[in-house]
Amino acid sequence: MRYLRAEREPDSAPERPLFRDEAKFAAGKIAAFQYFIVAVFVFLALGYWDLQVLNEEFYSEKAQQNQIKSLPILAPRGKILDRDGRVIVDNHESYRLILSRDNLRPARLRPIAQGLNIDPAELEAKVRRYHNQPTWFAIPLKEELSPDELAFVEAFRGPNGFPELELIKSQFRVYPKDGLAAHLLGYVGEISDAELNSPEWAHHNPGDLIGKAGVERYYNDQLSGIDGQRQVRVDNRMNTREVLGVKEAVPGRNLKLTIDLDLQVVAELAMEGKRGAVVALDPRTGDVLALVSRPAFDPNRFASRISAREFSALVQDPYRPLFNRALQAQLAPGSTFKPILALAALETGAIDDSFTVYCTGGATWYGRYFKCHRKGGHGTVNLKTAVAQSCDVFFYAVGNRLGIDTIAQYAELAGLGAKTGIDLPGEKEGVVPSSKWKIRTQREKWYAGETISVAIGQGALTVTPLQLAYAYGGIANGGVFMRPHVVKPERPEEPVRKAGFRPENIRKVVDGMCAVVNGWGTAAASRIPGIEMCGKTGTSQLASNDLLKLKNSEDWHDNAWFVGFAPGENPEIVVAVLWENGAHGDMAAPIARDVIKAWFDKKTRMQKLAQPPATLASAWLGGPAAAREAR
Amino acid sequence: MAVYRSVRNLDWALILIAVAIAGLGILQIYSATIDTAWRGAWWKQGLYVCAGFVLMWVMTRIDYHTLLGQVPVLYAAGLALLVLTPLAGSLVWGSRRWIPLGFGFKFQPSEFVKLVIVLLVARYLAELRADRLEGRDLLKLGLLVGIPCGLVAAQPDLGTSLTYLPVLLAGVFFGGIRWQHALLIVAAAALLMPAGWFLLKDYQKARLETFLDPMKDPTGKGYQVIQSKIAVGAGGIWGRGVTRGSQTQLRFLPVAHTDFIISAFAEEHGFVGILVVFGLYFLLLMQIVQNAQAAPDRAGMFICMGICSLLLFHLLVNAGMAVGRMPVTGIPLPLMSYGGSSMLSVFMMLGLVNNVRLRRFAA
Repeated sequence: MRYLRAEREPDSAPERPLFRDEAKFAAGKIAAFQYFIVAVFVFLALGYWDLQVLNEEFYSEKAQQNQIKSLPILAPRGKILDRDGRVIVDNHESYRLILSRDNLRPARLRPIAQGLNIDPAELEAKVRRYHNQPTWFAIPLKEELSPDELAFVEAFRGPNGFPELELIKSQFRVYPKDGLAAHLLGYVGEISDAELNSPEWAHHNPGDLIGKAGVERYYNDQLSGIDGQRQVRVDNRMNTREVLGVKEAVPGRNLKLTIDLDLQVVAELAMEGKRGAVVALDPRTGDVLALVSRPAFDPNRFASRISAREFSALVQDPYRPLFNRALQAQLAPGSTFKPILALAALETGAIDDSFTVYCTGGATWYGRYFKCHRKGGHGTVNLKTAVAQSCDVFFYAVGNRLGIDTIAQYAELAGLGAKTGIDLPGEKEGVVPSSKWKIRTQREKWYAGETISVAIGQGALTVTPLQLAYAYGGIANGGVFMRPHVVKPERPEEPVRKAGFRPENIRKVVDGMCAVVNGWGTAAASRIPGIEMCGKTGTSQLASNDLLKLKNSEDWHDNAWFVGFAPGENPEIVVAVLWENGAHGDMAAPIARDVIKAWFDKKTRMQKLAQPPATLASAWLGGPAAAREAR
Repeated sequence: MAVYRSVRNLDWALILIAVAIAGLGILQIYSATIDTAWRGAWWKQGLYVCAGFVLMWVMTRIDYHTLLGQVPVLYAAGLALLVLTPLAGSLVWGSRRWIPLGFGFKFQPSEFVKLVIVLLVARYLAELRADRLEGRDLLKLGLLVGIPCGLVAAQPDLGTSLTYLPVLLAGVFFGGIRWQHALLIVAAAALLMPAGWFLLKDYQKARLETFLDPMKDPTGKGYQVIQSKIAVGAGGIWGRGVTRGSQTQLRFLPVAHTDFIISAFAEEHGFVGILVVFGLYFLLLMQIVQNAQAAPDRAGMFICMGICSLLLFHLLVNAGMAVGRMPVTGIPLPLMSYGGSSMLSVFMMLGLVNNVRLRRFAA
């Protein structure tokens, strides 16, 4: 015991009991400790028994969930082409940022939202919406990341930052700039809750991009492909270790429109800075050649998941840029209604060729004085001059002879008051008033005085620009009405209606409309040399209440209409122009003129190109040489 | 006398069990690191085992009485190292526990202080030569152990500092603590617990909270426990096979070759494998207890039982944490977890046990 100090306090030691056997003194306690060791082992073994034997399945499944991830492979949407096959709406490849929900932590949502310039409340609401979905179902967060957002994602992806962020390859819509054909094409957007619950979109999943308006919406099923899926085994950093299975995406089908991009561009340029709409149809087939509504919006903003704030700004804009005026603006047609009335009068025999009216600048009907638009009056007018110069007094008399129900009958025959059936969403039908209509809607009988207003396209009568183009096209086409469409039907369609107007009556009305442009009519300034354009101006007082809230005095101007077609016989193209607050119909006529001219110019150009080259040599030398020789 | 200290008298059963456990550990390290940056860890661990043998041999050669005589020096040196660690140590995961030695080796003083604590407690209690512990002695001993304990806890390494306590507790238990004192200590601990809460670092509090409710934050603080439980549970009865455990191989299981090696082992070898490992540990501890019973004197008994309780504590906390029955601490599993300092200190402890065994007829 040399290591021990000398006995401590040797004097007091005797009081203490004698030591027991050194090696055995704690034998009992050691035995007790052995039982304690056994108890510890039993405790531990039970812990492992619980997990490994009793709950093996539960934890195996969890282990499986840990490692198997499904990533969507997004199917690109079909491209949208014009009638010549030129691409109007394309896709470009980019990345979509998705929020994987397998390891989502609510606390991280806020910093993620801040880093990505998303409203945190919006993101939280979005995450809540997904809580019914399986956890492998990721939330699309954002497309087309800006450089700083991309830097954020690159910096914070991964296990130490936000492991829920994931970039996947994706195709995005590229729409024409400046809102060209924006209303026609529409836009895509994330499917909403309401849409998810409706049967129309039943086969879609949350987060899907679907067509929200225009062609994108109407032909969504054709355009959208079927997303594929990649099932992978991942490690804790979400690195793919093994691809377990791939279901390839089925791309959407391309869609060829009847729109002529050249015409569309001309119409858009003509409408630049104005509010209104242009609809160009081929009345022989129903092909929509151009469809413009202004003011427009930029569909590209929607392609990358528009924010709620930006969307509500668009919705609340008093000029309603999202509103497709071509199919949805229901306005009084004004004088553009007169040719229809004239045709009705001829068809019913209410007037004959000898019928004339002496216009003094106004007339009194049913105790009220109705003015003509020309203060001095037109003098003696017959049908042709009345159409050409838009004499109101003449048509007051015609309208009075016909009566409201006959007017309504012919207006409906011409396609007003009902949807044309165009393959675009949201079309409006307008109103064709009649005595029945008034009783039905207002529980009042029709007053004959109201007929006088309707006769010059005012009063309760409202139409859409598309309806006017359709009506004029049908009449000029010999009373054969073809359903307007932006995509050619798979099989040629039968006419919607053969109105059975007598050709000589049509001829008389068309003659009047030819005189509008080519004679001494209201749109004489818009004559196109060499092309027989016919048409009718219209100036209508504001019938829609939508615009009354606007304070700008210019906004109180009359709406200008012009519907033109060419040539007079068997027209190839009909163009309806609405210029809201354009003051007078002759202001709208040049717009139609530009479009019609563009159509015929292009036709001439194409015919020249189609001519066979003069010699084989010039064919070898190519186009310019051939062109020179042709000159 | 010398004849009894021959190689033949070493506790070969103890050594073989230790080697078997270390072998399973190396196998599991190999499997868990097969495609990670730690790929070479298994053979390094083999080297540590070899080095451990050398140190074990050294520890059997020096009479433990000589070592007990040097306790003041060892204690002072240990304290100096612990004070030095925060100054010279390398910062790893927010705490300074290691002193770099060059060539990529690091030295963890707190591991070797364990041996000093064992010797200190043994010497102090043996010197009292009494069957009953007086309150004064209890306080002194508590203070002696408490200082290094506090230094390690300040690194911060709460887990390792806690491993000193079972040595102290086993010591006072075998040294004859009065039941009144025991009650007093329990009562004081219960009272000090809320106060201690404020001394804990945030991450330590979080670990305790997580222990109480891991699902509170499943991908954050609770991640380790949840992934460990999934790994253990997914192993089932027979295990997934070496290098086949998805939790381990795809690295969902954190630190699968060090602190959570038992979870990785449980995933790949199943409940059967766990029973084998626990069986080995049980035999190891019982072998140490047997050496305590055969010790020639009180000091030898205290050394053996101190080591036994320390290893038991390690096993309980580490293996319990893997199944969510203990809070998460950085305490390694002796002989299995990858790490040189831990491996060497365990082999030195086994050397001490053999030291006591070789001198069992000396008295």
